[in-house]
Amino acid sequence: MTAFGKLIRTTAFRLTLVYLLLFALFAASLLGFFAWNTRRMITEQITTTVNAELEDLTSLFNRRGLRGVSFAIENRALRPGANLYLLVTPAGQAVAGNVGALPPGTMAGSGWLETAYQRLEEQDKAPHRALVRISELSNGFRLLIGRDLDERRRIFGIVAKAAQWSMLVVIVLGLAAGVFVGRRVLRRIDAMTGTTRRIMEGDLSERLPVGRSGDELDRLADNLNLMLERIEALMSGLKEVSDNIAHDLKTPLTRLRNRAEEALAMSRDEADYRAALERTIEESDGLIRTFNALLMIARAESGQGGAAEDFDAADVANGIYELYEPLAEDSGLALRVEATPASLHGNRELVSQALANLVENAIKYGKPAQAVPDATPPSILIEARRQGNLVLLSVTDHGSGIPEADRKRATERFVRLEASRTQPGSGLGLSLASAVAKLHRGELRLDDAAPGLRATLAFPALSGEGLGEQSSQPETHPA
Amino acid sequence: MTLGETDNQMRLLIIEDDRESADYLAKAFREVGHIADLAGDGEEGLSMADGGDYDVLVIDRMLPKRDGLSVIGTLRDKGNRTPALILSALGQVDDRIKGLRAGGDDYLPKPYAFAELLARVEVLSRRHGGPAEETIYRVGDLELDRLSHRVARGKEELTLQPREFRLLEYLMKHAGQVVTRTMLLENVWDYHFDPQTNVIDVHISRLRAKIDKGFERPLLHTIRGAGYMIRDGIR
Repeated sequence: MTAFGKLIRTTAFRLTLVYLLLFALFAASLLGFFAWNTRRMITEQITTTVNAELEDLTSLFNRRGLRGVSFAIENRALRPGANLYLLVTPAGQAVAGNVGALPPGTMAGSGWLETAYQRLEEQDKAPHRALVRISELSNGFRLLIGRDLDERRRIFGIVAKAAQWSMLVVIVLGLAAGVFVGRRVLRRIDAMTGTTRRIMEGDLSERLPVGRSGDELDRLADNLNLMLERIEALMSGLKEVSDNIAHDLKTPLTRLRNRAEEALAMSRDEADYRAALERTIEESDGLIRTFNALLMIARAESGQGGAAEDFDAADVANGIYELYEPLAEDSGLALRVEATPASLHGNRELVSQALANLVENAIKYGKPAQAVPDATPPSILIEARRQGNLVLLSVTDHGSGIPEADRKRATERFVRLEASRTQPGSGLGLSLASAVAKLHRGELRLDDAAPGLRATLAFPALSGEGLGEQSSQPETHPA
Repeated sequence: MTLGETDNQMRLLIIEDDRESADYLAKAFREVGHIADLAGDGEEGLSMADGGDYDVLVIDRMLPKRDGLSVIGTLRDKGNRTPALILSALGQVDDRIKGLRAGGDDYLPKPYAFAELLARVEVLSRRHGGPAEETIYRVGDLELDRLSHRVARGKEELTLQPREFRLLEYLMKHAGQVVTRTMLLENVWDYHFDPQTNVIDVHISRLRAKIDKGFERPLLHTIRGAGYMIRDGIR
């Protein structure tokens, strides 16, 4: 498309053309109205003057006769800017007045008419036009009184000229403004188009240019930039996930394959085969678990939380406490719970699982770094309470904790901090908890419990307005 | 006691379009002594289930010609109450609920261990033809009264925590049947997620300490590779 073609296709330019047309119509009608009224007023004025003079001269004729009228006409005709006068005999012979030539037969009529004429002293010049009234005096003489129409024509001409010029100015200025605005908009749109094209080609770090005027294009660019940021975050998240999946699923898959190969090559009796197969099944179960956890995180992160209901965080805390208390005790830890009622809205199952993950982590890593020769076992505390407009579900252990620098990384998928490499697990527990928290518009916080770690799921509390856009249809889980 | 033995033979209908999985399932069920028929698509499965007298239906959720949920829905509309277990690659809580709402009696996400499927199918079959809900469960000299919440072994009263009581109740309700860890987590705790730790085993060993410790004949058995079973002696 040519530059001009692009320009005239812009909305700004088209709007300018429409406004231009409307404005021209408006100006034309205004000037037309003005011209028409002026003409009418001038005509009216001429009519009044002529009528008054006719009356005047007729009464003079009645009182003084032909001589008196002829004298008065000659007198008046000499005044500067005089009206037009002509007195003729019944035979059409001019007696007095300042009109030299008229189209033949004009004096035979009577009443108002517009006619061409020449003044007595201007016989050699082009004829003028005049508005005249012709009437018959009582003795058969005919009297013409009228007024030159030059003035009317001149005023009309001025108006017409004004109209022409103003139209020209309007059109030129309008087109110039249209081109200016159009090109300005076009330049910005072109810049945006160029950027979006580069983004589409794969450079997600590009951002649209945003001006300082805060106009609609800036607001649009601003929002598009926010959208791009979100997309970029999602894309890099996705890339990270696929890298991690490649790494963390390939490792056990390789192990699985090696083991099968080894069993084929080395096994001597049935017991060897059996052992190898059992390990293979165990390994694949682990893989399935990892895979399920990944799917679940992906679902939670994409906002699919399943059925939502209102429930009490204290019930969740008590339920998880009851499930894990024996396990904790077997691991030499004392699991405790402190729960006060705190309603929230969401998927109870997912929240329970997130809390279970935190408790499992605490049981795995919650032992103090150095065994204290103390009679009381180290404790893990599950808390559920409401704080302001938040519902907090937290698990506090007194293990070695997570160094501050590592805390953010700890919630990422597959990140298993150095200290935990020796423990079994998929490395997905904290990321799932974090994804569940985000799904419920909350967050996972990791704090120093000095010593130890406090992991807190903070959710918005249920206070009239819950997770509005989520399905609020109550669900019961069939047992 | 291994997986290979069974007292009551079941007639099963497996509706599954993947030939290899279907053959594997049929072979595995026949090996433990059950009768298994195969249907390859929804329409065939529906007419076979409608005509035959089966104890349990094992239905894949996604089938050619007619969806697994629609097969169950149609059967239920016709008044056929044969217990149905749904197999599905969709394993989220919502999919489960959808499956159970459509008339399914249990839901097992793929991939699954055969031991898990077998345990669930056997429990479903007992529910279908088994005795009505009793007030008192008895296994050997162990007695559980569901109304008074009293548990006794021989002449000795046992004190159980409420959750231990529910655990024992579920095990005794399905006495003689394998109950998997996932089944316990679902039915006793009402959780449908998969713990990464052996949390159920710890509960079982606590319960075992209360009901079996100090008695000559253990009743609560661990079934290797599958789960647990409560039963009087090992035959």
